[in-house]
Amino acid sequence: MLLIACPWCGPRDEIEFQHGGPSHLQRPEPFDAVSDEIWGEYLFFRDNPKGVQKERWLHAYGCRRWFNLARSTVTHEVLAAYRMGDPAPAGLLEPPATGGLA
Amino acid sequence: MSGRRLASGGLIDRTRPLSFSFDGRRYNGFAGDTLASALLANGVAVVGRSFKYHRPRGLMAAGVEEPNALVQLIDGARTAPNPRATEIELYPDLIARAVNCWPSARHDLGAVAGLVKRFIPAGFYYKTLMWPDWRWFEPFIRRAAGLGKPTDQPDPDRYETRFAHCDVLVVGAGPAGLAAAAAASRGGARVILCEQERHLGGRLAWDQAEIGGESGAVWVRRMAQTLAAQAETTVLTRTTAIGYFDHNALALLELVTDRPDDDQSAVRQRLWQVRAKRVILATGALERPLVFPGNDRPGVMLASAVREYLGRFAVRAGDEAVLFTNNDAAYATASALLKAAGRVVAIVDSRRHPSKQITGPLEAKGVAILPGAVVIATRGHPELTAVKVRDSSEVERWLTADLLAVSGGFNPTIHLFRQSGGRLCWDDAQALFKPAVSVQAETSVGAAAGVLTLSAALRDGQEAGVRAAEQTGWPVAESEPPRGADKRREDSLAIEPLWRVAAPGEAFVDFQNDVSTDDIALAVRENFVSVEHLKRYTTLGMAPDQGKTSNVNAIGVVAELTGRSIEETGTTLYRFPFTPVAFGALAGRNRGELFRPVRRLPAHAVHDAAGAVFEEYGGVMRPAYYPRAGETPHQAEQREARAVRECVGLFDASPLGKIEVVGPDAGAFLDRVYANTMSTLKVGKARYGLMLNELGVIIDDGVTLRLSQDRFLVGTTSGAAARIAAWLDEWLQCEWPHLQVLVAPLTSALATLALTGPRARTALERAGCSIDISADAFPHMSWREGVVAAVPARVARVSFTGEVSFEISVPARQATGLWTRLLQAGEPFGVEPVGVDAWMLLRTEKGYFHVGVDTDGTTAPGDVGWGHVLRRKTDFIGRRSLTRPTNLRDDRLQLVGLDPVDGIAGQGFLPIGAHLCSAGSTRASDGYVTSSGFSPTMNRAVALAMVHAGERRIGEILTALAPAGRIRVRIAKFGAFDPSGERLDG
Repeated sequence: MLLIACPWCGPRDEIEFQHGGPSHLQRPEPFDAVSDEIWGEYLFFRDNPKGVQKERWLHAYGCRRWFNLARSTVTHEVLAAYRMGDPAPAGLLEPPATGGLA
Repeated sequence: MSGRRLASGGLIDRTRPLSFSFDGRRYNGFAGDTLASALLANGVAVVGRSFKYHRPRGLMAAGVEEPNALVQLIDGARTAPNPRATEIELYPDLIARAVNCWPSARHDLGAVAGLVKRFIPAGFYYKTLMWPDWRWFEPFIRRAAGLGKPTDQPDPDRYETRFAHCDVLVVGAGPAGLAAAAAASRGGARVILCEQERHLGGRLAWDQAEIGGESGAVWVRRMAQTLAAQAETTVLTRTTAIGYFDHNALALLELVTDRPDDDQSAVRQRLWQVRAKRVILATGALERPLVFPGNDRPGVMLASAVREYLGRFAVRAGDEAVLFTNNDAAYATASALLKAAGRVVAIVDSRRHPSKQITGPLEAKGVAILPGAVVIATRGHPELTAVKVRDSSEVERWLTADLLAVSGGFNPTIHLFRQSGGRLCWDDAQALFKPAVSVQAETSVGAAAGVLTLSAALRDGQEAGVRAAEQTGWPVAESEPPRGADKRREDSLAIEPLWRVAAPGEAFVDFQNDVSTDDIALAVRENFVSVEHLKRYTTLGMAPDQGKTSNVNAIGVVAELTGRSIEETGTTLYRFPFTPVAFGALAGRNRGELFRPVRRLPAHAVHDAAGAVFEEYGGVMRPAYYPRAGETPHQAEQREARAVRECVGLFDASPLGKIEVVGPDAGAFLDRVYANTMSTLKVGKARYGLMLNELGVIIDDGVTLRLSQDRFLVGTTSGAAARIAAWLDEWLQCEWPHLQVLVAPLTSALATLALTGPRARTALERAGCSIDISADAFPHMSWREGVVAAVPARVARVSFTGEVSFEISVPARQATGLWTRLLQAGEPFGVEPVGVDAWMLLRTEKGYFHVGVDTDGTTAPGDVGWGHVLRRKTDFIGRRSLTRPTNLRDDRLQLVGLDPVDGIAGQGFLPIGAHLCSAGSTRASDGYVTSSGFSPTMNRAVALAMVHAGERRIGEILTALAPAGRIRVRIAKFGAFDPSGERLDG
């Protein structure tokens, strides 16, 4: 159960939100000049990072605004929450967990 | 068998004797017993049969780690399959049976499985039972697999869910946990302490330890009083923390009442979802057994469990005991047994030089100490009668014993820690895995952190409690930690790992799933050397006990067999839940009527009064049909459909989506969202539109009205209203935030009633309508506002039936009154209320496709006759996908109508989903039926279908495969009734 800080409402339980896939996808345009490969990549290909992922979330049972989270796919730690349309904050680095068995 | 209850002692209440039954025989116990302790007290040695080989098994442990004593708890609708006898609190007239055996645990016909043992080692089902057809074996395997049986009655009890937030959550109220909670609570922090047992203190409650001069039990009472005095502290007993999730969210399962009886308000179990700023895990440690041939015979028990049965339940597990150990801790069990008038025959210590300080006192009492010795076999039918020992000089002999107490070391209970994402390390000196790196705001204390002595655990707990209070903003003054004076030695375990005894015979590692060292060796031979592969190949650690007594031993065995270190071998993942959870607890209040909210129409009451039969469509209860006395559903549907074509029908269309899209850029926005152009729609007019997703797939259709220059009312399919409103919002917020548009869902604010049929106009006039509704003044696909039957309304000429239709929208609270008045007005013209069944039939014969019924997740506009959207010059969602190679194929499924060939009469319908075949085709299926019905107007069957390249094959004859047989159909253009649409021009 993630604790997600909606930029508009503050920290809320994950159950109030819906996940919306990765952030910062660029819709290829103009439609009559996009190759099948580029359009196919936009439709079907996604990065799968082990580390910081920027993703879209909707505060479905709250303010109903979309926003972005920078979240570690390894530890689930939320590194940043920022408004839809804003660029990702600079220098996001997940602190590595040192030592111990995997 | 003679009972072994001690005359005094234990936490049981001897003033409350209870009788219970196990495997059909009656026994007696006391309040405070568990089913396990009561069985042990009554000398019941065989409590179950092992999963695969049906070997007789006895109790091994006293707690959640018990692998053998799974029972069927028989209690009517509360019957529970597979609870562990060690966790069942004894109640009056309890009835339990052993599982996986027949007729009883002691005498089990399933024991024949033992005869074919060598043919069914680990993974046998990957190599056998496949020829000639695996399905021959399936019924036998199904019957043999599984343990207890669930009840088939609904759960009669109430379950609750509670959400809680706190500063510090302490899991476990043993010495370390109590110290931590007491310390953290002193500064006023909000503390939750949860404890699995009914009593606080863990083993301090019965262990005769001393803390700072007072007895452990008194110390526990003092801590409990400290906690009770704090207003912000909550102590939950009979509450197990079953899962550790992200961001310090934990799930706790509280057992409130085992038998709520007839008290309807009593809650049986409560699931707590807690978010804590800091978590302290004081979950203790579980003893692990030793691995040697014959180690699964009834009578072989964990040494600490023998001590717990003595101290907590006043039950002596045997009269003549042998101990087998590789560490110091088991010696305490020997002392405890002697104190309880038991005889300890020998202590078999695998270490060559156990400390004299430990062995001396017992030797003085006449106990034989055998250093550097191991147990290599056991004997007994079925309960233990003798133990075979091989001493340091390789001499072997049998010792008479009815109890073999074993200790292979201790495993800190790190399950929750691992679930939190934390990383372990291997403590070589103590031969255990313990927490090393925390990933969340959590600390482990006491035995859970590998701190195994009492004083150190108390100190550990207190320090963690003080630290947690400080970190959450509620600092406490430090106080002198209490000194624990453990009556046993305070030093280290002095453990020397012994992962398996080298001797012939079957040695079990996982008792619950019947996995032996031979199975592990087999897996290693077949190269399943990763622990994750080993687990799945042998099923070790996959039983309900999730390997609590077997995982670490298995790692030790595998490490030896593959020549790796324990660290290199590693552990498997630990997953929620820590112990089994009833479905009811997870469901909470979300069951029955509260499982999924069902919506009703604003005019539900009048439909109900009219005798409507309701069904759920897209989450809304709607009338399927309004039967008259004696009518079948089909007859009602036919009558209603005929009424619409011949006179007039009244239909409640309120769930149709209505979304206002407002703003200077509303038209431009809708142009991007719809496959066809909307910005050219004139005020006062209506236009049908198709919406696509980025794959070019139709996700919705509906009629949009232009209310003003910058105001549109977007219509959606019933049931899609919320989804489409969210879709519009998503594109506006994420992709086109510069467009000045607002989206406002209005679906439930307005009720929409449709008057439809050749007499609809006259009925509406009679009801009273301020609008000029003549054909010239009010053409099809336009809207007007006015007063209908004395109610301000918006009227749209939109038709789903193909007849002249007036869709009248009013505020929802006016629905009931308007429905009644329209029915009254239409009475002289033969008006009938129309249900969804007839509505769907009417649109099917008109060829109006229904998104999600006639279309699926691949259907593009071109497949339903809307290829012309490609002529548009501007972009819209999905536009680019329509020119992908897959969308340009010439054999795509396309919408067609189907005409009957052999004159199907009456009930001979084409079933929806029936596949269509043609003789000349290379495909197994040329398509399938998507909608089907019988038209009373045309007196023939009507159907729509998706057929490969259907548009090019008009006139072709196909065969539909139906359960009733083969039915011949002819492909036609979709829209069998009134294809030119002239009935709409009226």
